[in-house]
Amino acid sequence: MIRIRQLNKSYQVGGRPLHVLSDLHLDVEEGEFVAIMGSSGSGKSTLLNVLGILDAYDSGTYHLGETLVKDLNEADAARYRNRYVGFVFQSFHLLPFKSATENVALPLYYAGVGRRQRTERANELLERVGLADRGHHLPSQLSGGQKQRVAIARALVTRPRVVLADEPTGALDSTTSDEIMELLLDVNHSDGATILIVTHEGEVARRTDRTVLLHDGRIVS
Amino acid sequence: MRLEGWLDRWTEIAQSLWRHRIRTALTTMSVAWGTFVLVVLLGAGRGLQNSVAWQFRDDATNSIWLYSGETSRPFEGRPINRPIQFDNDDFAHLLRTDGIDRATGRFYLRGPTIAYKQRSASFSVRSVHPDHQYLENTEVTAGRFIDVLDLEHKRKVAVIGGEVAEFLFRGIDPLGEWINVARVPFRVVGVFKDTGGSSEMRQIYLPVTTAQATFGGGNRSRVLDQMMFTVGDAGVEQANAVASEVVAMLAARHHFDPEDRKAVRVRNNVEAFQDIQRIFRLLDAFVWLVGVGTVTAGIVGVSNIMLVSVRERTSEIGLRKALGATPGQIVGGILQEAVFLTASSGYLGLVAGVALLEALRLWLPENDYLREPQVTLGPAVAATVLLVVFGGLAGFVPAWRAARVHPVEALRNG
Repeated sequence: MIRIRQLNKSYQVGGRPLHVLSDLHLDVEEGEFVAIMGSSGSGKSTLLNVLGILDAYDSGTYHLGETLVKDLNEADAARYRNRYVGFVFQSFHLLPFKSATENVALPLYYAGVGRRQRTERANELLERVGLADRGHHLPSQLSGGQKQRVAIARALVTRPRVVLADEPTGALDSTTSDEIMELLLDVNHSDGATILIVTHEGEVARRTDRTVLLHDGRIVS
Repeated sequence: MRLEGWLDRWTEIAQSLWRHRIRTALTTMSVAWGTFVLVVLLGAGRGLQNSVAWQFRDDATNSIWLYSGETSRPFEGRPINRPIQFDNDDFAHLLRTDGIDRATGRFYLRGPTIAYKQRSASFSVRSVHPDHQYLENTEVTAGRFIDVLDLEHKRKVAVIGGEVAEFLFRGIDPLGEWINVARVPFRVVGVFKDTGGSSEMRQIYLPVTTAQATFGGGNRSRVLDQMMFTVGDAGVEQANAVASEVVAMLAARHHFDPEDRKAVRVRNNVEAFQDIQRIFRLLDAFVWLVGVGTVTAGIVGVSNIMLVSVRERTSEIGLRKALGATPGQIVGGILQEAVFLTASSGYLGLVAGVALLEALRLWLPENDYLREPQVTLGPAVAATVLLVVFGGLAGFVPAWRAARVHPVEALRNG
């Protein structure tokens, strides 16, 4: 599903290159649930952004399925992201002026799906994450756990092949965190979606199929 | 599906505008005010032009009028204050001048009593050549105007103004009836109306030759008090050249200095009309400058507000990109919002401006300065096109900024 070879990524800081990802090799099979761990500044989030085609890389290769990501222009990258990748962020990133249903349906809007189908699909997903009765609520009327459920529903709405979650439980209490992990595991088992989750929490990582440990931009285990 | 996509996009724009409704309202007001000012200025300019055209309505705008006066310079041993009197020979020479297409003389009878049966009053009488009809824009409503045969046979015929007909005949058809002009009977052969207003409608026209013979007596039997002619479609320079040639001809015939402005006074409508048209062109340009300046200020406001809006929505734009919005979709949305905001606000101003002009047109008392103030279709279409173009320009920079938003940074900072 994901094949990365000798991937390098650096930023210019004060006119000098700061290597964030160095000579990275990574294979993730379809349907795998992988945790990415590492200390702060180890390159976890950058890796996730590169995997989600949100950020470019300098050299090496990254194949998502059969597609070499470097070959995609900005518009194609956006379409590819929309169709194949779902994102879950630590701070949810829901649009505050849109209802839960509208937030979930947003990726389908960019996919050109009609309004009725969008709403039906979004409501299905909200039911799946246990928020069937919260469709008309604005994010401000939802708890942290509910917001993250809405974000997960949004990530799944286009039936992506890969779900990338950046510390999805980082802003939640332990009970809610457990619920979110249960939900992600269910998505992984039932839908067969490939999931990569960046986390600091060992408890979270233990529940995944395997853990990739990053240190100074390199995979150490 | 296409209609649905269109509706979706407008829903997004409506949501965005509603979220920032105070800002939207202020922007709307600034652009609407700019357009309103532009429309009202254009309409007022048009009203001013109409009132000047109204002043000219009575006379051919390509005409030159000659008034005889007194010499103010000694010439060839002749003293000053010598009266110059046009006559039929001057007129014959005038007709031979190149560049003149129509000409008439005038022989005045001042305030003679006009009578029909028991009714009588004092009306102004002009004795003229047939071409006078074209120089004064006289519209014959019944019968005919003075013609060449009238002059040739010195016929005692008269063409009377509408008010004269109304006063003397009170509903009787005046054609063929006889009126007395200073006790001399003239047969009415025509009735006319004139846009020059009441004073023109109270005129009576007689054949110049008949009047000279009948009322001229001794030394006025060949006199003309005034001569007028048109110069076709000549420009100002050509018209001035023709006028100079005529004055030179008269100077030679009457022995006065051709530079003596008081001997023969020239009223050149071609020059006056072109001067006024030039002033109006300048006025138009000024109005557009001020109006477009005001609209531009409003549009710069839109652009600034859109920039602020894009900055505020950086995180939102980043998220939308992360969820699959293409740069085209982001840019299209912002541009559409800017064009919609500018065009709709502009239209609001346009409609308000037109409404004010229409109200003025309906309720403003008739005056010499503002007549029929209105905006014609041309400027209205131009303003609409400008609004859409400027709206696009206003949205261009913000849209470009939005397209450059990097989703990772936007989400990190959001």
